[in-house]
Amino acid sequence: MRVSLFVPCFVDQLTPQVGLATAKVLKRLGHEVEFRPAQTCCGQPSFNSGQWDVAREAAVRALGVFRGAEVVVGPSGSCVAMMRQFYPELLKGTPHAAEADDLAARTFEFSEFLVKKLGVTDVGAKFAKKVTYHDGCHALRELRLKEEPRRLLRAVKGLELIETEEGETCCGFGGLFSAKFPMISTAMAQVKGGALARTGADYVVSSDPSCLLQIGGWLSREGKPILPLHIAEVLAADA
Amino acid sequence: MSDSKAIFLKDAAVNAADGDQRAFIRKALGGYYVNRDLQKARYRDWERARDAASLAKWSAVNDLAAVLEQFVANFERNGGVVHWARDAAEARDIILKIAADNQAKAIVKSKCMTSEEIHLNDALEKAGYGVVESDLGEFIQQLRGEAPYHFVFPCMHVKREAISELFTKHLGTAPTDSPEELTMIARRHLRQLYVDADIGITGANFLVAETGQISITENEGNARLTAALPRIHVALSGIEKVVRHLDDLSVLLPMLATAGAGQPMTCYNTLYSGPRKEGECDGPEQFHLVLLDNSRTRLLADPEQRDALHCIRCGACLNVCPIFKNIGGLAYGTTYQGPIGSVITPHLRGLKQWNHLSGASSLCGACTDACPVRIDLHHHLLHNRRNAAKEAPTLFDRVFHHGFNFVIKRPWLFAAGGRIFRATLPLLQKLPLPYMGAWMKTRDLPEAPARSFRDQWKNPDA
Amino acid sequence: MPDARSDIFARIREALKVKAPRPHLKGEPVAGKTSAAAKPWLPDGGESAEASLAILAEQLAKLKAMLIRVPDHASAAKAVAELAAAKNWKKVAYHGHPLLRPVAAALPCEAWEADASFEKQRLEGCDAGLTTCESIVAQLGAILVSSASSGGRALSILPHAHVVVAEAAQVVPDLGSALALAKARHGDQMPSMLSFITGPSRTGDIERILVLGAHGPKELYLVLVG
Repeated sequence: MRVSLFVPCFVDQLTPQVGLATAKVLKRLGHEVEFRPAQTCCGQPSFNSGQWDVAREAAVRALGVFRGAEVVVGPSGSCVAMMRQFYPELLKGTPHAAEADDLAARTFEFSEFLVKKLGVTDVGAKFAKKVTYHDGCHALRELRLKEEPRRLLRAVKGLELIETEEGETCCGFGGLFSAKFPMISTAMAQVKGGALARTGADYVVSSDPSCLLQIGGWLSREGKPILPLHIAEVLAADA
Repeated sequence: MSDSKAIFLKDAAVNAADGDQRAFIRKALGGYYVNRDLQKARYRDWERARDAASLAKWSAVNDLAAVLEQFVANFERNGGVVHWARDAAEARDIILKIAADNQAKAIVKSKCMTSEEIHLNDALEKAGYGVVESDLGEFIQQLRGEAPYHFVFPCMHVKREAISELFTKHLGTAPTDSPEELTMIARRHLRQLYVDADIGITGANFLVAETGQISITENEGNARLTAALPRIHVALSGIEKVVRHLDDLSVLLPMLATAGAGQPMTCYNTLYSGPRKEGECDGPEQFHLVLLDNSRTRLLADPEQRDALHCIRCGACLNVCPIFKNIGGLAYGTTYQGPIGSVITPHLRGLKQWNHLSGASSLCGACTDACPVRIDLHHHLLHNRRNAAKEAPTLFDRVFHHGFNFVIKRPWLFAAGGRIFRATLPLLQKLPLPYMGAWMKTRDLPEAPARSFRDQWKNPDA
Repeated sequence: MPDARSDIFARIREALKVKAPRPHLKGEPVAGKTSAAAKPWLPDGGESAEASLAILAEQLAKLKAMLIRVPDHASAAKAVAELAAAKNWKKVAYHGHPLLRPVAAALPCEAWEADASFEKQRLEGCDAGLTTCESIVAQLGAILVSSASSGGRALSILPHAHVVVAEAAQVVPDLGSALALAKARHGDQMPSMLSFITGPSRTGDIERILVLGAHGPKELYLVLVG
């Protein structure tokens, strides 16, 4: 299959290793991977801030960027949810509605793509560490993904998966919410980060790099000995 | 910034920093989660049951005029008197007039959030009536002079020591740290008040059009007593509480209890269809129902968010909301706290003053999943944000998002901007920039990589 | 100025001119048949009388309501008398029902037929209220009392204990059946109060810790005959 990568803008700039790992896993499974450099941001920050006219422009741009792609795969539940759930809502009743629905049907979150679309759970990874998994809210509740990432992690050689308290609790990121209401966002990070730290895991793994930014940022500030890691990086590990 | 927003930000910050209080709230809700899951497991298909509950409310709300007319006709046939109130002031005046016409002195109330909405107690007290809240939680909040913290669990934030002190101060009872003994103190205190009251005021959870009955859900039995002993029963309800058929309650009553309190049913679910009937030995001589609009029709006029009128006030969305759990119910400054409150308050009280509640959400969606009648709560927060951006745009937001859009429309500019951003990140982190400064106060950012993904993809070996 | 009623109806009609899309739900609203449609999804109430009784017993136990099963009416009277003696009740108020009069007569304490007159203070002084019921919902452990079946509104709520004497045949599987039965029995002459009682009165208002007997009865007994 020819996979067009959808790399979230902040992954592009701040955690490029996540994008590279995503590509590496897909290539290892025998797929052709492309990256269309015209892509930037999906428009979610504007959408979530109520600036739907601005977000609509970003959405229409993205339709053009991914036009003709066989499948679009992104290592972020949040950004994929934007494309899949919210582009159709945003473009409903515009000349772009049909194309938005079409793109939504071709767009997948990374773990979802592997498990549901490709039917793969063992990607041949090896990672001898204790990890706990954080469900990003968009993956969990907009895309309804819960078992998919866990099935992938359980198939990783040497990996021990530990579940956490507050398993389905939001980490408090919420995009600009984390900066507009920092006191609430931080309290949420304390609840989530505290529970994750208590698992004794080496890594907190998630399919959502934005949650990892929040959780990792709080854990680092508090000096907790557990590190954020994207699921693609775990699945790309082979030594 | 609106006054209500400024107060919200201040209160939310204080509460979010109070780790002890937050832990207390989480602990208090711990038992609820266990019981809720046990009860939900008894449903053979909770998700389909949610569909049925939602459809029952959808079908009534979307035909509200006809269903309400049918209800009122049947209610009146049963001997009840209906009063209509366009707003809070009218509702207060109606109830004051009923009290005056009947030379009432003492009034006992059972839990009714709609009466909080219209600030009924203040009005009654100012007019010289003795008013006592009989629900234990409401009674405690009344003594504290504080609004309910949670519209189902009004005093869940108050520790037993504080309740003991409160009772000692107001009722003269001996201090105790036993919830059982504290409950019994309130029970003993309130008993005679029911017997002596002239008027009992209740809310209503459902108005059944088919039979003209009102349905009241409770656990303590205080609503039962309130509607049994005084000679006049006044119920106050929003117009959206109607259901078409008695049979609809077969789904709504158990789900209300399970979603809201983790119970199979609440202790008492009572249908009233009029004052004392001929041949009955007790019950009130008069039964009044005040039907309140108070901007509900404004919400009704918004087809996108009309489903918010399905709300059965179970409180499930509060119980799972990480915002509610971290800032507490009082910080909202609204009658209805939590996600449902953040959705409907801008409609009831004005978007400009109350949109900040829609912004104060990570949009995690836990509320929407918890709602037994499937209100699309967290998406409605997005809709409120969109409406606010249209109706009351702020210059900062427009400049920020148009500026951002200017950059992301041009991949070369985005790439160049990113390069500068990464190179100067260590410096930027030290500056009091909007957003970044707030983030950096409590959290770190990862070290910026030398090369972006797009650079590395283009030149893997560079 | 138009009156409030006309104004509110005008607002409603105006608001509903724009239709809301039907929610993305499975199924259709079925007029008056919600319970039939939802039956396969709701908690089980038992497909046979025996199954329903088993579910009822389990639910009542969880609710901390006491179920006393007896073979006949004479044993019911005896069971209630023993209960009154064990609990040291001094005064019991009862509903003047043919089923209850013999039970009241067998009590070892003062018994008062409460529906002859409405005396709140006297009723408040009673240790227990003795009533019949309309039906019993196995699915939820709920007992449906009414102002007709239970000596008015206060008798089943004001005294400190509530004793219900009922026939096993009054047990229905689920809430939908109980509502349908009430409608069939009373038609458009419903008793002014119908109340589902699901366990003894309770509150969790103080630190979400369960306390029984908040304002209503602290103890609830169901004496089931047959």
